[in-house]
Amino acid sequence: MSNIGSYEKSLESFNWSEAEYELGYKVGETLNIAWYCSDRVCLNGKSENTALIYEDYCGIEKKYSFNDIRLAGNTIATFLMNLGLKNEDRICLYMDRIPELYLSFLGILKIGAIVQPLFSAFGDESLFIRLENAKTRAIITQRKHIHKVRKIIKKLPYLEFVILVDNVKDKPLEFREVAFILEELEPVESMDIFPTSAESPSVLHYTSGTTGQAKGVIHVHYSLISQYLTTKWVLDLCDDDIYWCTADPGWVTGISYGIIGPWSLGITQCILDAGFSAKTWYSFIEKYRINVWYTAPTAIRSLMMAGDEIIKEFDLSSLRYLASVGEPLNSEAVIWSEKVFGKSFHDTFWQTETGSIMISNFPGMKIKPGSMGKPFPGITGVVLDPKTFEPINENGRIGLIAFKPDWPSIMRGYWNNDEKFQEKFVNGWYLSGDKASIDKEGYFWFVGRDDDVINTGGHLVSPFEVESTLLEHPAVGESAVVSKPDQVNMEVIKAFITLKPGFISCPELELEIMNFIRKKLSAIAMPQEIEFVTSLPKTRSGKIMRRVLHAKEWGEEIGEISTLENE
Amino acid sequence: MENMSLEEMKLIVLNYVIKEFLDDEDENITYDTPLISGGYVDSFSMVSLLVFLENKFKIKIPPSKATPEAFDSVNKIVVLVSQYLK
Repeated sequence: MSNIGSYEKSLESFNWSEAEYELGYKVGETLNIAWYCSDRVCLNGKSENTALIYEDYCGIEKKYSFNDIRLAGNTIATFLMNLGLKNEDRICLYMDRIPELYLSFLGILKIGAIVQPLFSAFGDESLFIRLENAKTRAIITQRKHIHKVRKIIKKLPYLEFVILVDNVKDKPLEFREVAFILEELEPVESMDIFPTSAESPSVLHYTSGTTGQAKGVIHVHYSLISQYLTTKWVLDLCDDDIYWCTADPGWVTGISYGIIGPWSLGITQCILDAGFSAKTWYSFIEKYRINVWYTAPTAIRSLMMAGDEIIKEFDLSSLRYLASVGEPLNSEAVIWSEKVFGKSFHDTFWQTETGSIMISNFPGMKIKPGSMGKPFPGITGVVLDPKTFEPINENGRIGLIAFKPDWPSIMRGYWNNDEKFQEKFVNGWYLSGDKASIDKEGYFWFVGRDDDVINTGGHLVSPFEVESTLLEHPAVGESAVVSKPDQVNMEVIKAFITLKPGFISCPELELEIMNFIRKKLSAIAMPQEIEFVTSLPKTRSGKIMRRVLHAKEWGEEIGEISTLENE
Repeated sequence: MENMSLEEMKLIVLNYVIKEFLDDEDENITYDTPLISGGYVDSFSMVSLLVFLENKFKIKIPPSKATPEAFDSVNKIVVLVSQYLK
């Protein structure tokens, strides 16, 4: 029997207070996610249970019990407080998937500060935009990434501390840098955890939109309620499970389900700090006897491409439950996993703004391959008519995915951008920006985005951000960024570029521009293809018509082009 | 390109990887260092490495052969490249 039991029955009697009760939280009391993820687990008799198993690409392993992570959280919190950092300060985590990342998450929350996780592969421009926007006071990073921070620190007057977790003694520290080596400090047995309330801000994630720079999504400590219960019911984690969430904590999945969900349930989780290869991943599952595996469609499709033969080299019999997130999981991947693992991947749908899983194929529920599943109990999910913003009751008709904004982990705002925040709500619905239809049995079927944002391998990329950065390259006159189909990542970035006079298109220039974007923004934002053109399609008012280029790439009808400048 | 030795090719690829992908000046990589599984080159960046190889060695590598496994070290890359050299 799964944790959720019957999906239909849980719909009838659902109340979020069930999670509050299980966590021992009473409305009005203090609520601090870090306490629930470490101290509370220890108080419940699991202090010696393993919380974290970490392995790097060389196979070097480290293990931490729940008491270890409790002490590490205290020690880091004390260090941060001694620097003068305090509640509601933004403290950025900018590291690879090393233990200090997970432990610092707890330390930051314990002083009531706000965690700002940023993907360590971000280039200096992406990093600068986000640190400047949040007026971040401190960044915790490692030597490997320090050169990117050093490039921008003088432009960031609010960034007072650059905390290096792996500095070596013979390396001099530079402007505003502080060394912090966890193993060298005396563990702090007890501390006064800052008394955050349910509505105190906890995590500030950044996400891309169609226009403007990345937006900071504000979450609060009360998000724990959603994250705890969805982890328990959707991912079906049980007491003795070994869990592996492959997402990087630079993104929301890596925080909600790579830290908060499993640790609030007192579950052992594994971290692999290594790049992708089918052999490495299967070997990791075999070695640690992973039971529950939460990964992304891109990874699943890459494993499919590696073939079925390699799977026979490994004992993967420990796998009990498989789930996927980040982008729609194609039906072929669901069917393939049933064939090779004897279990289907369960697709889950949610967003940075929702903080927790909204729609899913639940344990025990019939899976329709290619479907997103049904809304989580307590979530009112609909598709809206794009003109009237009224719910569509007709089966199979495409509309905008929307939710009644009343679940615990919904974002509380965009950082310093209330206008954009208000735009997300119409007629009392939260607009996801995605389109779907609903079939007669209530299953949602994903159709695509309702805007120009590109979802590549589960990561949202703003075409505007890439186009703006392309214009900084000396050879680029104009650019338009769209998606193109890709077998593994579903879609990848393609840039159409006109060159300034004096520059000639050639393969070397294409590579130079690709690397320019990779270093400034990130590899995810790097165009996987560049097409040099003499002009871009524009409206008569001069606006670049991305949709014309998009349609061409996807082999779709171009649609209305009466406003096209050169028609 | 047909006159280029394997050692010369390895050095060209190694220097390119160091220049473009190594963030920490203290880190040393060798011809056998795992580039993909070691996290030096991610799957999205592989495309730029592929474009570099195709430009530099005047070859065309089919997408099906440009796998994370085939790109996982300088030595493996050079084995792959040499298959497509005329």
